[in-house]
Amino acid sequence: MSIRAGILIALVAMGAASLGLRAIGRRLWPESPYWRDMPLGVAFGYVLAAAGFALAVKLYFIDRIVFFRWAMNGLIAFSIAAWIFRALGRRIGPGWSRKLFRQMPLTASFGILTVLAYAFTAIFAGWLAPYGQAEIFDAVNVLPGTDPAHPLGTDQIGRDILTRLIYGAQNTVGIAFATTLIAFFTGGSLGFLAATIGGWLDQLLSRGIDVLMAIPALIFALLLMTIASAWAGSERWMLTLYMVLIIALIDATRVFRLARAVAGNIVVMDYFEAAKLRGERLPYLIFREILPNATAPLLAEFGLRFCFVFLTIAALSFLGIGIQPPLADWGTMVKDLAQFINFAAFSPLTAALPLMAAGAIALLTVAVNFIVDWMLQKSSGLKE
Amino acid sequence: MASMGRMIAQRLLLGLLTLFVVSILIFLAVNALPGDFAQAILGQSATPEAVEAIRRGLGLDQPLVTRYFQWLWRLLHGDLGVSFAQANFAAYVGSASSAEAITVADQIAPRFRNTLFLAGVTAAIAVPLSVSLGILAALYRGSIFDRGVNIAALTAISSPEFFLAYILILFLGVLNPVLPSLSNIYEGMSFGERLLKTLLPALTLTLVVTAHMMRMTRAAIINLLASPYIEMARLKGMSPLRVIVRHALPNALAPIINVIAINLAYLVTGVVVVEVVFVYPGIGQLFVDSVKIRDIPVVQACCLVFAAAYILMNLLADILSILSNPRLRHPK
Repeated sequence: MSIRAGILIALVAMGAASLGLRAIGRRLWPESPYWRDMPLGVAFGYVLAAAGFALAVKLYFIDRIVFFRWAMNGLIAFSIAAWIFRALGRRIGPGWSRKLFRQMPLTASFGILTVLAYAFTAIFAGWLAPYGQAEIFDAVNVLPGTDPAHPLGTDQIGRDILTRLIYGAQNTVGIAFATTLIAFFTGGSLGFLAATIGGWLDQLLSRGIDVLMAIPALIFALLLMTIASAWAGSERWMLTLYMVLIIALIDATRVFRLARAVAGNIVVMDYFEAAKLRGERLPYLIFREILPNATAPLLAEFGLRFCFVFLTIAALSFLGIGIQPPLADWGTMVKDLAQFINFAAFSPLTAALPLMAAGAIALLTVAVNFIVDWMLQKSSGLKE
Repeated sequence: MASMGRMIAQRLLLGLLTLFVVSILIFLAVNALPGDFAQAILGQSATPEAVEAIRRGLGLDQPLVTRYFQWLWRLLHGDLGVSFAQANFAAYVGSASSAEAITVADQIAPRFRNTLFLAGVTAAIAVPLSVSLGILAALYRGSIFDRGVNIAALTAISSPEFFLAYILILFLGVLNPVLPSLSNIYEGMSFGERLLKTLLPALTLTLVVTAHMMRMTRAAIINLLASPYIEMARLKGMSPLRVIVRHALPNALAPIINVIAINLAYLVTGVVVVEVVFVYPGIGQLFVDSVKIRDIPVVQACCLVFAAAYILMNLLADILSILSNPRLRHPK
């Protein structure tokens, strides 16, 4: 096995290189405790990182896998944009936002910039896109880069792919956002109610939601979608509406759990007892006592929940039972364009089309996750 | 020891109860369909007489509660019914009784084995990888390595499965054809060949679950590093790796085992999308196909199998975390 031997030789060579690196470091800076106390593992890590970097540089210049170059270019461009965005944020704007930007890691500013870009695309999709999302042209299966009228080509029934990518921001993200809002509104208010009132209402809701949560989310969604598709019949837009309601229901159970747990910690506080003894009524208790103290965890949960909802909708659409045509949607586009990936060796841009739609989904969830991660770290005050 | 046995028995009973309630839920959901099975089998243009005959044949003229218990009874005897597609096919071919048609149980069993194989291969790669990455990240916490692994993990968690799958197909299946990008698995394949065809979907799933397990391992170990006994070990002059592996890891085992079991539960259900991408003949693909053609008996059965596997894995996580933590073993 030549591959196995190659790996073995590479490992031995890297081990020798790390020994050499440490020896050189000790020779050059004899007094430095950093080199003196360096474990071999750390030296090996440096050598491994250098080898990885060299490999990346080599891959970058291979024409056959031009995708790697594009991905790297995108990564570098995004990092620079995020860095500039953070630098601007540190200088421009009111005092609180400048303070916020000063403590921000690069990943978080990358996340905020990306979310802003998506929001912009979603809101102005009709103005940005060259055509309408359901417009069908005579030229079917135009390859990207061959026709200036369709920069990314057209799909199997002649719809402009660039237009549909842009409209996807509006439909996919917009529907996911609305679903999350519904889930939050129902789950959050029921959770607060259960924690505040307690007693049999709490028991009833909690046990019911335990049962709903015992079925894995995607499986439950698929089961309910089967039934919904029978109810919707031939009216496809109804199916999209049912999907929103079903996913909102499933995710509301998760929000309920968190809202109830957070509110459960608040209702045992003295200030809450005091408000109750003052004779405040339920709306006051929920909106003035619980809600202001529960915003931080709920906001982080909103971000995470949005990611889950977004991914579930994308998965359902990818499986062909989510957002229905004529609405342009990224999950459906990945499914429709997936076979183009086999042309990677001949026409890289064509093969990149399904990856663009899938990457658009991934980029947004990654960005939101970066922001949530930063928010959680900030609010928990943990350094490690 | 006796109290521990009782606790485990309690959890098992609770799991069974949950499964029972879930089965009611699935049954009710399916019965919320407009019209009924009979119409669904025969389609819109059926004559009322034919619909009536099938309805009587399936026992649909009985009340709901009776039907539920009949369904449950047959279920407990391994009879999951006949899928609509198979029933249609049998009617078309002209075999008189549905006994000759392939039952849902026959359809599911081999596919479920394939899914378990895929989940098993994934677990065999993902569990050692994520635990060692987690230990390394905890060891070099705050370094560039730690941050890089963290960013990569977050990216892998938050990407949709099909994105990771297509990237792997692009690089390992199309540009450098080292692994087959379609997993056509059939009976009587040799183990090595089967493993090779399962590898690409297994790698995709590994990417999805490793991130979560690695982050939890890292967090569980770092949580312990502030405790006095770790400081003692460090002051004795132990190497950092030894401190973590010998002193911190055994106490962090409970949360790590827990997160592994939960991720394996996710694996059993998270295979749906990946199986569709790679056309892997598992239960997830059968499920999605049946959902599309509204083949209710199969959907019902798959849903029940998934829910049972999910509940079982969560139960296992619960029991293992009790076993690995002496403080939970003796409740006050």
